[in-house]
Amino acid sequence: MSSTATATKHEDHGHDSHGHGPDAHAHHPEQNFFMKYLWSTDHKIIGMQYLFTGMFMALIGGFTVYAFRMQQAFPGMSIPGYGRVTATDYNALVTTHGSVMIFWVAMPVLIAALGNYLIPLMIGCDDMVFPRLNRLSYQIFLVSVIVLIASFFVEGGAFGGAWTSYPPLSAKAQYNLTPLGAPMWLFAVALEFAAFLMGGINFVTTVMNSRAPGMKMFDVPIVVWSIIIASILFMASVGPLIAGAVMMLFDQTLGTAFFDPNKGGDPVLWQHLFWFFGHPEVYVVMLPAMGIVAEVIATFSRKKLFAYKTVLYTMIGTGALSFFVWAHHQFIAGIDPRMANIFSVTTLLISIPVAEMLFVYIATLYGGSIRLTTPMLWALAFIGEFLLGGVTGIFLGSSGADIYFHDTYFVLAHFHYTFFPIAFIAVFAAMTYWFPKMFGRYMNEAWGKVHFWGTIVSFNFIFIPLFLLGARGDHRRIFDYTHFPDLMKPGMQDLRILATLSLVVLLSFQVIFLVNFFLSMVKGEKAPANPWKSNTLEWVAPSPPPHGNFPEGLPTVHRGPYEYSHPDRQDDYWPQNAS
Amino acid sequence: MSSFPRPIATTRSVTGISTGKLAVWWLIASEIVIFGGVLGSYLMHRIGHPEWASQAAHTNTVFGAVNTFVLLTSSLFAVMAHQAADQKDGKKAAKFLYLTTLGAVIFLIIKSVEWTGEIQHGFTITSHTFWSFYYTAAGIHGVHVIVGAIIMLVIANDARKGIDLQRVEAVGLYWHFVDIVWIFLFPLLYIAK
Repeated sequence: MSSTATATKHEDHGHDSHGHGPDAHAHHPEQNFFMKYLWSTDHKIIGMQYLFTGMFMALIGGFTVYAFRMQQAFPGMSIPGYGRVTATDYNALVTTHGSVMIFWVAMPVLIAALGNYLIPLMIGCDDMVFPRLNRLSYQIFLVSVIVLIASFFVEGGAFGGAWTSYPPLSAKAQYNLTPLGAPMWLFAVALEFAAFLMGGINFVTTVMNSRAPGMKMFDVPIVVWSIIIASILFMASVGPLIAGAVMMLFDQTLGTAFFDPNKGGDPVLWQHLFWFFGHPEVYVVMLPAMGIVAEVIATFSRKKLFAYKTVLYTMIGTGALSFFVWAHHQFIAGIDPRMANIFSVTTLLISIPVAEMLFVYIATLYGGSIRLTTPMLWALAFIGEFLLGGVTGIFLGSSGADIYFHDTYFVLAHFHYTFFPIAFIAVFAAMTYWFPKMFGRYMNEAWGKVHFWGTIVSFNFIFIPLFLLGARGDHRRIFDYTHFPDLMKPGMQDLRILATLSLVVLLSFQVIFLVNFFLSMVKGEKAPANPWKSNTLEWVAPSPPPHGNFPEGLPTVHRGPYEYSHPDRQDDYWPQNAS
Repeated sequence: MSSFPRPIATTRSVTGISTGKLAVWWLIASEIVIFGGVLGSYLMHRIGHPEWASQAAHTNTVFGAVNTFVLLTSSLFAVMAHQAADQKDGKKAAKFLYLTTLGAVIFLIIKSVEWTGEIQHGFTITSHTFWSFYYTAAGIHGVHVIVGAIIMLVIANDARKGIDLQRVEAVGLYWHFVDIVWIFLFPLLYIAK
């Protein structure tokens, strides 16, 4: 929380030096620190709260992966900064890494932070339609963070049943040995869902009802569409898991037997409930990432986004298809093989719309006058790296091949090749792209590029070795490979060490980003309202936008968001609100 | 509460549907999948275990039927409250909302009597997976009844003073949804024996 406070305080300096415009609300000037930064209903502050909480959680996610990867590379060693990793620690670290990175980093940053910050600005209104609901959403999210962190310190330690929380391991304290950690984890996840349901309803209602005059459906920027589609996907998929979480909580605490086969329950039911949410969830975080990349690529190619409507329909199609792929996680969980065939087909089908989006971005680049700024580098890297993640998914989606690959490091490397581009590469693109808007200053380009290359190169050096290990049969959930001679064949441990050292390099490069980020907030070069000469409405507002967003009156929209290099115009951009 | 300055965003209505009502529809959409998850899981189990009928035989259909009648009647009052709100008659709208809330309270009282009896006869949430579903599904529904009753009281108090009459319709929508969920629960938990 303290990082949030200091960070938003820096934002205030930029804010003040820019001067306040006439404000939409009369009560504004007298707000104290608490009302302004911790109890605010301003969508931008709430967005920042989500952003900084997400960044803080990313540090936890990064620290846990450091600890358990070191154990993999150097089993039994006392790890600098952690100490010895026991088997129970190992499970808790892996579980925490997975759940934190997905539920407390990817979701809050991609959906909640960017959605809150960007939606009202990009559709040209002064706030979300339900500002107090928005504040409540963040507060519930914060409670979920506190519950999760508290679970690290209770009797038995943090939950160690993996982020998928499969029963019977997760349902019975006598198996998972975390009588308090397991229900606290579940409770934290449930609170987080409640927060995002509120946020999602707010986002969708805002975009449906409060667009600027003249902004028609197809004038809405792709990133806003993507967040909306993701919010609807989330709303439509999370219900069964909420129901499942209640059932699981009763299994853990009251002794019911929903998932206990000895007493008439069914453990595979949890897998269905979980993945019915879990797979759409992948697209919940992927679509906003795709949206960010669309904005950045169009701006820095100085060219109209190729096939706006195709991207939009493809996103909707991806969302719809994502409800019919979940059982590919259960190919070896005892489902009917005929069912496995059907899910293989739907799983392979979904790669078509995803590939289509990437092709559209490449077509946008074609013939553009490309500016290789830091955000553009991240966006281009997203296309390349995500493509690798997608292609390796084809192996896993085929039920026959999956029997071999299931639960190996191949799976792990595959989904990190999708999630890392989503949760980090696209997020870095977004943070470097919208930083001048958020804080009124530029980030340092040179250090931005150093951070980019250091991160991308080390990222590949982590996960290419893991693909190779997975193909050699390396199982995912092993604490100490020295007990398994088959997995200690020549070269295998070297690959593990290579991956771990690359991780350490990757983590140390993030220090550069953090220093650049926070220093630029106070010391960066002042940025104008529209530093990238971009078209969308957030660039009409001053940088950073004051409370109420548009001091010169809310904008009216005359055209779509991607009119770059229009032949009739002298400027190579044409803001949506310009007459 | 009403001193909070509303942003311009809240007053816009590109779709023509009021913002509050739109949000309630999305809330209902997300609630449908929550109950869908519970009932879907229950149905899959029930179809796989025809012998659960012997457990279901111990549920009390009379209590269930009376409660169905109570909820349906309260929904009627919600409609009448909406009608009064449309005619800008805040006092009358509040009166009908209080009656709707009374329905919710009667429902909960009957439910408590029913559950107390069942628990005393040894049918607890852990005694059989049927009873686990019975208490979980009806319990989640009961939480919705309690939340709905509280929201209705808040809105009725405002409506009495003529504030935010558009909310009467929104809470009515939510209340009908709670009612409809019960319409699914009643046959699945009580009648199917």
